[in-house]
Amino acid sequence: MSERPMEGERSFEPRIVAFFCNWCTYTAADLAGTARMTYAPNIRIIRLMCSGRLDPQFVLAAFRHGADGVLIGGCHPGDCHYQEGNYKALRRYLLLKRLLREMGIEEERLRLEWISASEGDRVQKVANEFTETIRRLGPLRLAPRPGVIRLPVAALPEPSPAAREGALP
Amino acid sequence: MRAHEIYPNGGPRIGVYVCHCGLNIAGKVDVHEVVEFAKTLPFVVVAREYKFMCSDPGQEMIREDIREHRLNRVIVASCSPLLHEATFRRVLEQAGQNPFFFQMVNIREHVSWVTEDPREATEKAKALVAAAVRRVIFHEPLQRRRVPVKDHVLVVGGGIAGIHAALTLADAGKHVYLVEREPTIGGHMAMFDKTFPTLDCAACILTPKMSAVAAHPNITLWTYSEVIQVEGFVGNFRVRVRRKPRYVIEELCVGCLQCIDACVYKDARFPDEFNLGLGKRKPIYIPFPQATPRVVLIDPETCIWFKTGKCKRTCLEACERKAIDFEQQERIEEIEVGAIILATGFKTFDARRIPEYGYGKYPNVYTALEVERLVNAAGPTGGEVRLRDGRVPKRVGIIHCVGSRDERFNRYCSRVCCMYSLKLAHLIKERTGAEVYNFYIDMRTPGKGYEEFYDRLLQEGVHFIRGRVAEVTDWAITPEEEGKLIIRVEDTLIGVVRRIPVDMVVLAVGLEPQPDAEEVRRMFNISCSKEGFFLERHPKLAPVSTFTDGIFLAGACQGPKDIPDSVAQAGAAAAEALALIDKGYVELEPNTAYIVEELCSGCKTCISLCPYNAISFDEVRAIAVINEALCKGCGTCVAACPSGAARQHLFEDAQIFQEIEGVLAYV
Repeated sequence: MSERPMEGERSFEPRIVAFFCNWCTYTAADLAGTARMTYAPNIRIIRLMCSGRLDPQFVLAAFRHGADGVLIGGCHPGDCHYQEGNYKALRRYLLLKRLLREMGIEEERLRLEWISASEGDRVQKVANEFTETIRRLGPLRLAPRPGVIRLPVAALPEPSPAAREGALP
Repeated sequence: MRAHEIYPNGGPRIGVYVCHCGLNIAGKVDVHEVVEFAKTLPFVVVAREYKFMCSDPGQEMIREDIREHRLNRVIVASCSPLLHEATFRRVLEQAGQNPFFFQMVNIREHVSWVTEDPREATEKAKALVAAAVRRVIFHEPLQRRRVPVKDHVLVVGGGIAGIHAALTLADAGKHVYLVEREPTIGGHMAMFDKTFPTLDCAACILTPKMSAVAAHPNITLWTYSEVIQVEGFVGNFRVRVRRKPRYVIEELCVGCLQCIDACVYKDARFPDEFNLGLGKRKPIYIPFPQATPRVVLIDPETCIWFKTGKCKRTCLEACERKAIDFEQQERIEEIEVGAIILATGFKTFDARRIPEYGYGKYPNVYTALEVERLVNAAGPTGGEVRLRDGRVPKRVGIIHCVGSRDERFNRYCSRVCCMYSLKLAHLIKERTGAEVYNFYIDMRTPGKGYEEFYDRLLQEGVHFIRGRVAEVTDWAITPEEEGKLIIRVEDTLIGVVRRIPVDMVVLAVGLEPQPDAEEVRRMFNISCSKEGFFLERHPKLAPVSTFTDGIFLAGACQGPKDIPDSVAQAGAAAAEALALIDKGYVELEPNTAYIVEELCSGCKTCISLCPYNAISFDEVRAIAVINEALCKGCGTCVAACPSGAARQHLFEDAQIFQEIEGVLAYV
């Protein structure tokens, strides 16, 4: 990785997208906040109603658009608010890991964690651990790292099948 | 309808509002910088900051902007959407905008409170705002679903909390099903003699409420029954209740108790559960004289007929009303209710887990609950405090914090032990004249009249020794310790290790979640907090609500609490349930899945994934059809659809992809 240029003066700061389910892990992240448990700022949380909503394309899109790691958080087995969405998430996660391996992406860049609504400390621990893991792995560099904000080109929203590809209309 | 159909003359007009939340956010995040940044983002017409966005002036600012700047999208960057999303959606509605053109950015719980460095916090907040701007562009107007609500309420648990909640609702004219696992309602409170700090008799304040429950026309009381299944959702729960056989027909039994006299066992000889084994009962029994309903039951574990099939069954003959039915089977009842109140209570800490205190080893080591029975006039000793060998104790030691405030067991304070220890100290001293020693870590007596009660006990000459007891032993080293239990403790106020010989040790056991709290939690689809008590929706603003709409909490199942607090909470839970069902309908989040018919290829992938059987297959059109009434909006089908035909309102793929790009575009 030494041939890769450093970004300006800053050392590598991993960019991590986290998909947390509304009922357990997102609430746990709220609890971590309420308890003032500080953790690495690299985690950017996106709320889904259930980890079962996690379309594998979300993960791929995250990597494509510059994520260095993706974290999935759901309810513990047997505790899913929607009965079994977390099992579906687990299946997709396992398939995704294989897919990432095929694509030459380190599978450690994708992590699934069961975190219940009361486990704010676990959010803290996982966020810190995962950030360190990604820091160790280095940048993924599937996407250029924008120094500036890329604005959506869309003039008008047109939710269309194309949007499934993560492409802007 | 698509956004461009609604706004043919222009694109999205976004307002971004960043909240200081006092210093909660502004103390870490450079709010001004976030606002200036937001102004540079596409479609953002106005961006502002304010001290408390959720306050009335804050809300008014947004409403005014919506009107003045013709905003059609609003973003508020403040606390968790779980806290204030509903508040701000209402603001949009009030300004005549569809409430779902709104996105909340959590920069308090997920940023300012969890990030150490202000620079990093500001950058993270900016990234999240950027993501929300991109997402909200793709929002669409939605309608909330309105579904009718069943008028009945289920209350689970017949302790003081459940009783109070049931009576409150029944008095308001709602029908209540009160389900209790034990043969009688009353819970732990029925076991107490007096209640702190007023020392009014527990039975005098509880039993009238118990009989009011039994007599209330709006309450269906099912004791010796357990909830076994819960289906449905807020306003429309379907619940199955198992009614265990008591081998006595409840409707026929009048509680004359002649069957008990007639039992072939002339003497009561089996340990009595209600008296924690300190008293005896027969195989056919009533838990205690004021049991409600006043209906006897037969314990098949000890009844000769059930054990051997051979008995004269004198009880059968004794019952004039032919209420005894040895063939009785368990029954499953099915009910439909609009709201559920869980009041399943607590269990006391098992003192055997601390072997050094000798519970179960030395007969004169008691738990506080056992002593409650001993001092109870209706208890096994008629209210006289006697040791197991019949002696009256001359010296009694009460050990506080047994299983509480202890890293090894429970870190939390059980809240009631200091006060009940004071009460027991008073009662023991009153009944026996014994010297009473309290061994405490800290005295915790917050509450109306509580500190005064503590003062009173100090006046009464009860001894207080500050220190956690190391052990209880019968190993005497001086003649006066002979035959006594010796409490070894470091008196931390004088810095000396002391040995206090006593006749009786009372362990002030803490409160723990019910052993089956975990199963109950799963059945009702709610969460537990770390120590295993049921988790409230918000510790301050929604203390009796759960994360599952329509399910409320009352009493110690939510955390240790005393009788006044349990009753207050039960009233609150009843009010919440009443507010829900009295409205007649409930509005559900419109986050349901739907099928774009022209895209559906009819592969049926989604059908097997749905946990609620909400998706069926239309054979004629060869497409999947989602029944919106059954869909709960998890989005599992949406994630699995290979052709993108299954979509989810509020969590559209397009919206989430925008969010993903948004959080990554700016670091």
